Amino acid sequence: MTWWQRLWRKRDQEERLDRELRFHLESRIADNIRAGMSEEEARRHARLEFGGIEGVKEECREARGTAWVEATVQDIRFSLRLLRKTPAFTVAAVCTLALGIGANTAIFQLLDAVRLRNLPVPNPEQLARIQIRNGPGFGITKDFYALTYPLLEQIRLHQHAFSGVFGWRSYDDVRFGEGAQARRVRGLLVNGELFPALELRPAAGRLFNREDDRPGCTASGVVLSYPFWQSQFGGRTSAIGSKVMILDRPYEVVGVTPARFSGLEVGTKFDIAAPVCTAASASPEDFTRRDFFWVTVMGRLKRGMSLRRASDQLQAISPGILEATLPSGYSAKVLENYRKLRLEAVPAGNGISSLRDQYDTSLWLLLGITGLVLLIACANLGNLMLARASVRQREFAVRLALGASRGRLIRQSLAESLLLAAAGGALGLGLARALSQSIIWFLTTENDAPQLDLSTDWRMLAFTAAVAMLACMIFGLAPALRSSQTEPGAAIKSGGRSLTEGRERFSAQRVLVVVQISVSLVLVVGALLFVGSFRNLMTLDPGFREKGILLAFFDTSRLKLPDAQAKSFERQLLEEVRSIPQVEAAATTTNILIDGGSWSLGVRAGSVEDVSKFTWVSPGHFKTLETPLLAGRDFSETDTATSPKVAIVNQTFVRRVFGGVNPIGRTFRTSPEPNYPATEYQIVGVIKDTRYYNLRDQPPPMSYAPADQFPAGSASAMYIRSSAPLAALSSAIQRRLTASHPELGMEFRVFQKQIEDTLMRERLMAALSGFFGALAVLLATIGLYGVIAYLVVRRRNEIGIRMALGASRAQVVGLIMKDAALLVAIGVAIGAVCSLALAQTAASLLFGLKTYDPLTFLAAALALAAVAGLGSYLPARRASRLDPMTALRYE
Amino acid sequence: MDTPRSDLPQGTLDLLILKVATLGPIHGYAIAQRIQQISRDALLVQQGSLYPALHRLENRGLLAAEWKESETGREAKFYRLTAKGRRQLKSETEDWHRLSAAVGLILRLSDGESS
Repeated sequence: MTWWQRLWRKRDQEERLDRELRFHLESRIADNIRAGMSEEEARRHARLEFGGIEGVKEECREARGTAWVEATVQDIRFSLRLLRKTPAFTVAAVCTLALGIGANTAIFQLLDAVRLRNLPVPNPEQLARIQIRNGPGFGITKDFYALTYPLLEQIRLHQHAFSGVFGWRSYDDVRFGEGAQARRVRGLLVNGELFPALELRPAAGRLFNREDDRPGCTASGVVLSYPFWQSQFGGRTSAIGSKVMILDRPYEVVGVTPARFSGLEVGTKFDIAAPVCTAASASPEDFTRRDFFWVTVMGRLKRGMSLRRASDQLQAISPGILEATLPSGYSAKVLENYRKLRLEAVPAGNGISSLRDQYDTSLWLLLGITGLVLLIACANLGNLMLARASVRQREFAVRLALGASRGRLIRQSLAESLLLAAAGGALGLGLARALSQSIIWFLTTENDAPQLDLSTDWRMLAFTAAVAMLACMIFGLAPALRSSQTEPGAAIKSGGRSLTEGRERFSAQRVLVVVQISVSLVLVVGALLFVGSFRNLMTLDPGFREKGILLAFFDTSRLKLPDAQAKSFERQLLEEVRSIPQVEAAATTTNILIDGGSWSLGVRAGSVEDVSKFTWVSPGHFKTLETPLLAGRDFSETDTATSPKVAIVNQTFVRRVFGGVNPIGRTFRTSPEPNYPATEYQIVGVIKDTRYYNLRDQPPPMSYAPADQFPAGSASAMYIRSSAPLAALSSAIQRRLTASHPELGMEFRVFQKQIEDTLMRERLMAALSGFFGALAVLLATIGLYGVIAYLVVRRRNEIGIRMALGASRAQVVGLIMKDAALLVAIGVAIGAVCSLALAQTAASLLFGLKTYDPLTFLAAALALAAVAGLGSYLPARRASRLDPMTALRYE
Repeated sequence: MDTPRSDLPQGTLDLLILKVATLGPIHGYAIAQRIQQISRDALLVQQGSLYPALHRLENRGLLAAEWKESETGREAKFYRLTAKGRRQLKSETEDWHRLSAAVGLILRLSDGESS
């Protein structure tokens, strides 16, 4: 018989064991009687000789080798029975755990998706991103990784560390199809080495190789992503070889990427991919320009090559590569900075992701927050379990006296916790999906919908299991140990009968409540800091009006306008828009504020050199945005391409470049850049400082120049102010402009919405930390209430005596509240210290608040104390309403 | 007064059970009686502790068990030695003899020195 067969026949086995032992005892009794003892005596003797029957049985089961399985099955059955007997407790416990574990798993799932998951390509650990190490400088900011195309070519020529170096660029809206069928899709321009280096196998057809990407390529092919192939072509193989129109040019579908491959940028997906050479005919200068950073570059390390050595090699070949790609048209000083740049390789097996850069800290913090909430929930459960354990103390005592081992009792108690944790974990896993989906939904804006692979993977399952186990240990271990420490004699005798209760009996509960309160304080402080930061950003005066402003973007490419007419067409469009009755004001611009875009030029005035943001706008720009003009004049129709160059600057510019003196009439000179020749500007006005690329950063020096004097093409965007509903306004504008220019492409956005969308992260942190903070306080208060209420029940006799001896109701309330106040005070003190330390980790996410903001701490402590006070007042009041006689009689 | 009784050294209970079981199929109670009788009441065996040992030996395949009618007409669980048990008994008996001889030798030697 194998052990599982024996297990199968367990009931049988138990009965046989019973029979075998009974046979022994009865034979002995019979022998004893035969030897002349009375039956009573014979029975007693036989039992004494034999020893504890239950103990022997237990040892026999163990000897059979299946004891642990049997015991576990038995424990689980017993626990299930217990849990069924107290459905309210069970449901509350499982739901609490499911919420706690689900929240943790959801955040982990997001972290997993944006950070931990490797790209679905062979040997992803060999992939490295090649980027410039010592930005910022030369327009390279810390979180911008793109290189120029000449740099990519130089790297490919000179590097030895990679088996393939590839680059790509993604485009948000590429026109796909023709006429009314046309739609916008996400496109990738890839160089010929991308697919070979990624070692991808096509799902259908073939992928590009080096042959497809030759300078001046004419036969244009396109590769589809698997989902696009499915949705657009129904997954038919006949799609291969068919012709599609992209940006009004015919392309032949050559293949489909594998189903799991969604590009190299986590959080976005692509629909179509074309070789970079196909774009060369449309914009050849992109491939030769040495100051246009647009191609993201990665490489696959040669076998046996370490990332470190590859990075060292890149650094070593950097000077030569940079010298060979020196941009022209810049001042010697800028070129000196360019020469100082160095290339490096960083791990990219998990792809690249702007989501990761943006949300990394937030997600780790949220994981911490949800972890703390789970801790509080576990402390609550632990308290409940402790209370249950005390109620069952007599049962445990009896079982110990009957020969059950302490280990067995601990195991049994843990089995109950384990069942709860397992149920909570399973439910939590389901909940996590919904939670993470809603967080993504929360982050989805009109223009940006994060695309994340949220399928359940082993990491997530392991994480959930680990969290559930940990939770089980936290809330299950104390009651289990407590139950095993029962002294059989004492417990049976004393259960619930003493007049006063010793403090030490509640020490575990007290510690748990203090932990809950201190952790809650940490979460409340965090929530207040995040909510405060969000509020500060939302109520910040950016220096311009964002309400009632519509943004319009125009695409004139299909109008086939000669360059010379571009500016006059822009003026014409502006006039047409202004003539629409609902429009109060409108102006064109080369750069929309707070959308992350930026354009700067070096400036020089006398001996002062600085860098200023530059925007070219039409007259009326400042009036449209209601930015106050502090001195001088606005641009006017007399500022034309041929008139003297004039500029309006902001206060920061005046302070930094002119030392704060009135600059009207003074001049400054820009340093040359390709398309932007060195120009002398005369300052004609000063405006109040406004925010530039985001709401957080202080305004940089800013200059505005007239749109007609823009040296590089025409402005592409328009601010339109109106007090009419913007949705109606945009359709009115669309109708009007389409009537006069059927080929004109246009897109509208709501300025205020777009600015608010830049605060998505702050909004998310404020909402989630606020929610979890409130949940934490609620849970901690329930915990405190539970412990105080339990305390009151246990001290009923004592309270009865006190009242019988003349204690007033107020005194009784005071007695109980004093106890609670002590716990809250200790908790708040510990929590405040922890918050001070932990708030540092969130420093980069805060705005307008110090991590030790005293008001926030005070508010958090007071709020928590108030709620906790209420939580303990209710049971205290109940204690004071006790009838002394009933209380004393109660047992 | 009873004769002085000794506790059973660790592990020897298994040896004794195997030895008693050589007599043929025998139930637990009879094994207990036998050990008591043969050792002339000199060994103290808590009768309950016999059963875990029996189950352990059965589990290891040294004993086989079947339910049969006993001399009193009731069903009892009878144990008998398996071939494996017989081999085990042989090697353990040899071990025991070697051990007791060695211990006896040492004890005699030290007796000689001290006298």
